[in-house]
Amino acid sequence: MASEIDTGAAQRSPGTVLLLVATRKGAWLYHGDATRQHWWVEGPHFLGHIINHLVLDPRDGRTLLAAAKTGHLGPTVFRSTDLGRSWQEAARPPAFAPAPEGQGGRSVDHTFWLTPGHADQPGVWYAGTSPQGLFRSEDGGVSWAPFSPINDDPQYRKWMGTVQDGTPDGPKLHSIIVDPRDAEHLYFAMSGGGVHESGDGGRSFQALLGGIEVVEGFDGSDPTFHDPHCVRLCPTNPDRLYQQNHCGIYRLDRPSDTWQRIGRAMPAEVGDIGFPMVVHPRDANAVWVFPMDGTSVWPRTSPGGKPAVYGTRDGGESWQRLDAGLPAEQAWWTVKRQAMTADSADPVGLYFGTTSGELWMSGDEGRQWTRIAAHLPEIYAVEAAMGVEGAS
Amino acid sequence: MKVLIPSALRSYTEQAYAEAGGDTLAAVLAALDRSYPGIRFRMIDEQNRIRPHIRFFVDGEQVFDLARRLDGVQELVIVQALRGG
Repeated sequence: MASEIDTGAAQRSPGTVLLLVATRKGAWLYHGDATRQHWWVEGPHFLGHIINHLVLDPRDGRTLLAAAKTGHLGPTVFRSTDLGRSWQEAARPPAFAPAPEGQGGRSVDHTFWLTPGHADQPGVWYAGTSPQGLFRSEDGGVSWAPFSPINDDPQYRKWMGTVQDGTPDGPKLHSIIVDPRDAEHLYFAMSGGGVHESGDGGRSFQALLGGIEVVEGFDGSDPTFHDPHCVRLCPTNPDRLYQQNHCGIYRLDRPSDTWQRIGRAMPAEVGDIGFPMVVHPRDANAVWVFPMDGTSVWPRTSPGGKPAVYGTRDGGESWQRLDAGLPAEQAWWTVKRQAMTADSADPVGLYFGTTSGELWMSGDEGRQWTRIAAHLPEIYAVEAAMGVEGAS
Repeated sequence: MKVLIPSALRSYTEQAYAEAGGDTLAAVLAALDRSYPGIRFRMIDEQNRIRPHIRFFVDGEQVFDLARRLDGVQELVIVQALRGG
């Protein structure tokens, strides 16, 4: 049964939970009340634009950044400081440095990933692009510049590969993570190119590949062959990271630099391939994934047409299938790497958007699922925000 | 000169025609960007390459070179070819 969508004007005040839904054809904002039973929708914003990521700045609770492009114009970033009531375009969107005369330089096709900077660095944002590049803004997303040496480093450029080496619409730099204890401690991931870590604020990065498997027949010591899909850091234990990779689900407990393949405990008939990875806001042993069919030609559908979230409460020692309320069969959608997230309520609310344009939620940490919306365009990203300025 | 703006870029100009001057195509696009910040980057990438689906016609002739002089040209038409679904 679908949740009630209340579109009455009287209810149109900022909700307790704000879902930021980025799609192939624009963006929508879903406001949920304190019960998370009633939602009202605001949008579309940027109808017809490809929105890869829409993110709220948790440091001020009102600034939104949207990574946008269209099928035929260059990429840009839009910025709102009033929760989407008005938008301004970035004065200088992410763009690679001009190449020396006579050399073919790279141009950003699209900004794929946005990460707000450390709490102590208001105005700082990071962006990951396709082709793979890392960018930073120090003025709240108005102007962007290439960040760190990696964009033009010959070794990193080799690991990044070309457009033919990546995902169907281009290799992506994603999962930019800022350690909440230390603004100088950063992680990012590249599909393909592996996970990388910096302890000096991005002046240098080192690959973090130990224990990660690669496709059979390739050299696991070479970052080129690594394909992390999504990496998350646990907010209450920043020494613990989880990773959904092309080759399984992993956990890393620092200071170790060797990932453990916790997906081995997933049911064999489901496997441990997927794209999103969601961490619990308070329990570092609890994470959720959304497995997909990664067999044969990689259909990228729910295995067997039976979608399910899988969750663990013991750091990946065991997994539970969480599919109550989801279609029992003949549902061939899946969930992209940025399209599944959690709020910070108690119990935690989980949310995901599908490739078929449906928005689903669970108000009890995955035990029961309810559809909030259908008939949206293909959903690329879902972010949940609480504590929005002006919220009830 | 008169510049015809394609529909996808009229969110910048809010009109079909804009006025911009310059001796070369690059100069006209720079002038256009001064009046409508951000519009150039949607058409020209950071390596000064014309984006794949953007075309420029000066007095009916297609131009591929940003350095092309536009002496005596009356009208620049910017065309944006659609793709995808």
